[in-house]
Amino acid sequence: MKSWLALLLFVALAAPAAADFDYALQAQAVTGEVQVFIGRNEDFNTTNGGNIVNTGFIVAPQGLIVIDSGPSLRYGQQMRQAMARVSAKPPVLVINTHHHPDHFLGNQAFAGIPIVALPGTQQGIAGEGNAFAENLYRMSGDWMKGTEVLAPNRLLAAGSQEIAGRRLRLIALDGHTGADLAVYDEASGVLFAGDIVFNGRAPTTPHAELAHWLGALDRLEAITREAGFRALVPGHGAVSSDAAPIRQTRAWLQWLDSSLHEAARNGLDMNEVLARPLPPAFADLPVAADEYRRSVGHLFPSIEQEVLGAGR
Amino acid sequence: MRFPLSIAAIALAALMPPADAAALQESGDPLASARWSEMQKQILDGAPVLFDPRIKVIAPSTAENPMQVPVTVDATALPNVQEVVVFADFNPILNILRFFPEGAPAYLGFRVKLQQSTPVRAAVRTADGVWHVGGTWVNTVGGGCTAPSAASASTAWQQRLNEVSGRQWSEGPNAGRVRLRIVHPMDTGLVAGIPAFHLEEIVFRDAAGKALMRLQTYEPISENPVFTLNRGTVDGPLEASGHDNNGNRFKTSIAP
Repeated sequence: MKSWLALLLFVALAAPAAADFDYALQAQAVTGEVQVFIGRNEDFNTTNGGNIVNTGFIVAPQGLIVIDSGPSLRYGQQMRQAMARVSAKPPVLVINTHHHPDHFLGNQAFAGIPIVALPGTQQGIAGEGNAFAENLYRMSGDWMKGTEVLAPNRLLAAGSQEIAGRRLRLIALDGHTGADLAVYDEASGVLFAGDIVFNGRAPTTPHAELAHWLGALDRLEAITREAGFRALVPGHGAVSSDAAPIRQTRAWLQWLDSSLHEAARNGLDMNEVLARPLPPAFADLPVAADEYRRSVGHLFPSIEQEVLGAGR
Repeated sequence: MRFPLSIAAIALAALMPPADAAALQESGDPLASARWSEMQKQILDGAPVLFDPRIKVIAPSTAENPMQVPVTVDATALPNVQEVVVFADFNPILNILRFFPEGAPAYLGFRVKLQQSTPVRAAVRTADGVWHVGGTWVNTVGGGCTAPSAASASTAWQQRLNEVSGRQWSEGPNAGRVRLRIVHPMDTGLVAGIPAFHLEEIVFRDAAGKALMRLQTYEPISENPVFTLNRGTVDGPLEASGHDNNGNRFKTSIAP
């Protein structure tokens, strides 16, 4: 009897997790030749399987240019299938915008074609990739099955270059991580901003350097003022036709920076900093409370040290 | 180990608001930890305890970084605090620190390394010999005690060992507060090939040499420890001195 109950309980608990591990990826056209997969504005969990990120591809004359490969092997595979429903051309190049796991753990599905990134991104994936993947196994569960780190096999340099017959402007930035790549597709006017820009979701900061990040936002905002600009694809959140997500990301980072500095100057202990309420402007921003808590852990120790070091 | 409701508890309950008095318990760990009776034996020598809501142990319920979990202990609601022992039931090294608030309020902020999810507790001994216990659960992915310190990966810290940076606040909402950081790897000895190397004692004195607080620190205190204390009224510079388990000493003065 007991074992039957246990079995029933097991089935009841196991059922809600999508047994087929289908991310239901649907390409969304920004323009006919630029398509994106928009993830949820959530944290990693066993229901979304890590599909909290934006990826995309450009249909170039010689094949598909893939921008980020998602959080798992399954995602990468399903992304490839979804791309095949849009274009008969094969993927010819994968770009990893930076070294966070939701942007590169689908690389395995593209083994055999060039996977490119900035040098800092390649180093970050080679050095920290396994620890990141381990963490995602913990948070996303079986969606991760079979996922292993496949680091970029080619480095790229910033600047304007023709890739697969398409003119791309590769913009090397930093601030969200030590190496953040943005990609501007000159023909369509679509800017892939990577995680320098978040839209409708509080930014994540585990490797952030806020002053550099703010500088990177200014550089991307300048591109949105160019005559050919059509759309901005943030690393997380909806596609935008203007610079509003840049301003939103900037407002959050500026508030975070000034509020943590003020707290340190006033002598607050980390638990007191954690207990401070979010300002009304961010109260409804998805995952704002969680990201604030994490950001205090990431950023407060060095800000506090500036104040303590100056006290002597 | 159980004790009948002691005279101390009855006397205490009489002094407290009814809600607090109701929460005052002699048995039954409010954190429902399987390790509690073992803790009482090992840490408190089986002495009688009261679970006391006046002992505030503040820590995030989920730790972002298990190497640097902020913990604040506030026992200032209790009179005549002699000694405060802070420990974590499920850490491989149970003792975190012990402090004696001699001339300062019984309040201390610090950061700890946690190996897994665990209660973090403060047992506070008052002059009557009773241990008042408060605590909170911290959930963490863990690994904090068996991960090497950042210092163990390079030798840059050696020139700065025991270097103290700190500040006193003499005005504003936190007047009387002292915060300081000490450069120290605080190696636990649980990482293969890296022996235990940690601060053991820190004493804070006022300008007249009177002790404000004495601290005994153990391996689980985070690398480059940061402490927050309140000295009450600021009266001149504060002297911090101490040593680690290898006999390295430091002594520094923090101006207001």
